[in-house]
Amino acid sequence: MRVICEDVSLTYTARGRHVEALRGVSFQVRPEEVVCLLGPSGCGKTTLLKVVAGLLRPGRGRVEFLGERDGNPLTAMVFQDHGLFPWMTVLENITFGLEMRGVERTSRTQRALPLIETAGLGQFQRSYPHELSIGMKQRAGLIRAFVTNPEVLLMDEPFASLDAQTKLVLQEEFLLLLRDRPKPVIYVTHDIDESILLGDRIIVLTGRPGEVRADFDIPFPRPRSLNLLQRPDFADLKGRVWKELEDAARTQARQ
Amino acid sequence: MADAVSEGNPREDRRKRPGRWYGFILPVAILLFWEVAAQTGLAPRLLFPAPSQVFRALVRLTASGELPMHMAISLRRIGFGFVAGALPGIVLGLAMGWSPAVRVLADPTVAAMYSIPRLALFPLLIIVFGLGEPAMVALVALGMFFPTLINSMAGVRSIHEMYFEVAQSYGAGAWKVLTRVVLPGSLPMVFTGLRLALGHSLVLVIGAEFISARNGIGGFLWVAWETFRTVHVYAGLVVSALFGIVFTTGLRHLERRLLPWAEGLLHR
Repeated sequence: MRVICEDVSLTYTARGRHVEALRGVSFQVRPEEVVCLLGPSGCGKTTLLKVVAGLLRPGRGRVEFLGERDGNPLTAMVFQDHGLFPWMTVLENITFGLEMRGVERTSRTQRALPLIETAGLGQFQRSYPHELSIGMKQRAGLIRAFVTNPEVLLMDEPFASLDAQTKLVLQEEFLLLLRDRPKPVIYVTHDIDESILLGDRIIVLTGRPGEVRADFDIPFPRPRSLNLLQRPDFADLKGRVWKELEDAARTQARQ
Repeated sequence: MADAVSEGNPREDRRKRPGRWYGFILPVAILLFWEVAAQTGLAPRLLFPAPSQVFRALVRLTASGELPMHMAISLRRIGFGFVAGALPGIVLGLAMGWSPAVRVLADPTVAAMYSIPRLALFPLLIIVFGLGEPAMVALVALGMFFPTLINSMAGVRSIHEMYFEVAQSYGAGAWKVLTRVVLPGSLPMVFTGLRLALGHSLVLVIGAEFISARNGIGGFLWVAWETFRTVHVYAGLVVSALFGIVFTTGLRHLERRLLPWAEGLLHR
């Protein structure tokens, strides 16, 4: 599956004021490619993701999905702060996507179980989210998206609220999940290290209205490990990304 | 360190909460004092009959079936009021919370009606429905309608926008959003509304019975005062307190069963 965003613009009205969130954003995501969207906070990264998810309709432009589909949902989204329903058990939450697609309860559970076990959530199936640690909650949120086996995975700063160690662990688990079920990913983050560790490409957006400012290929081979962080070419790439991001952030701050 | 523990830390001791039985000391002491005062004639028995006397009257009135009958009558009025008031209140409240259009449409009317003290409507209800059951049920229904409506609406509006987006992003239709997001998400507040509504219903049913009935707990209390049977007045008070207690504890148990997930949010 290939995702094509063409000239996506979006203006919304908040308290009678028109806010231009996105202006003419165009980019492509190739099959099995992980594209990280970086940008200053409030630049419309999440808005762009919601447009791709079909949650928001762009004022201009369009999002196209090219490729074969065999009964899987087009997209699934991993939300910031997990977005688990507090009133559902972990199992109900994880199988929510399947439930919405009309899959029977028993086969829902069957399909989810392997992933639940992999994530170490086996003994928490009947627990409610408030009984889980924050890392466990985010794991469940991640699994919920993977269980539906979407054609395209959308991730909205999924690990932003985690502590540094938990974040590293979950990033690694995410890469493993993705290795077994390769698919295109659009990954919104504001963390440069994270975007280089996880992505094949980095797209830097400008401050509001969000426009594509720069597009970097990440040359490092997979599987990647944390040792990458020590390499001089990592630092070099990080420096170049930061340069673009800094300019974008400064322009944003001056507005 | 071990010594410190065995000797007990005075600051820790002060923070330690005493057992539940602590709360019974005061009422038991008051009842005992009351009993003694009544038996010795220290308090006028016509105004303050001995608790034991009230208790005996309660037993007698229960055995004769008189009190159970009055309780059943009041309960039925509350029950009808619940069906005619609380259920529509929940439905309209959920609709107003979910749909901005319904909210904008109904909110001014609801707000205007809400400001009228319910009991003040009783004369009008009697004119409309006549003296009898329908007017009393209507009053109770009105008393249950508004708290359930307002809290159900607030319940839906308290659901974070993100949960609607999650549901939508996984392809939930309106029915699934209703059953998997709107209903469960608003249930804690719906229960808050029900708790308030049942409290109001008790006040209103007794008020209505004072005015327009010779039966029900309110009617029983009123006849007791007219015939100056103070013991019966106290018996009626005990019964109405019992109603309140049963309602609140019953609801709390139901809530615990239906909302295990809210334990972490509500009862902290």
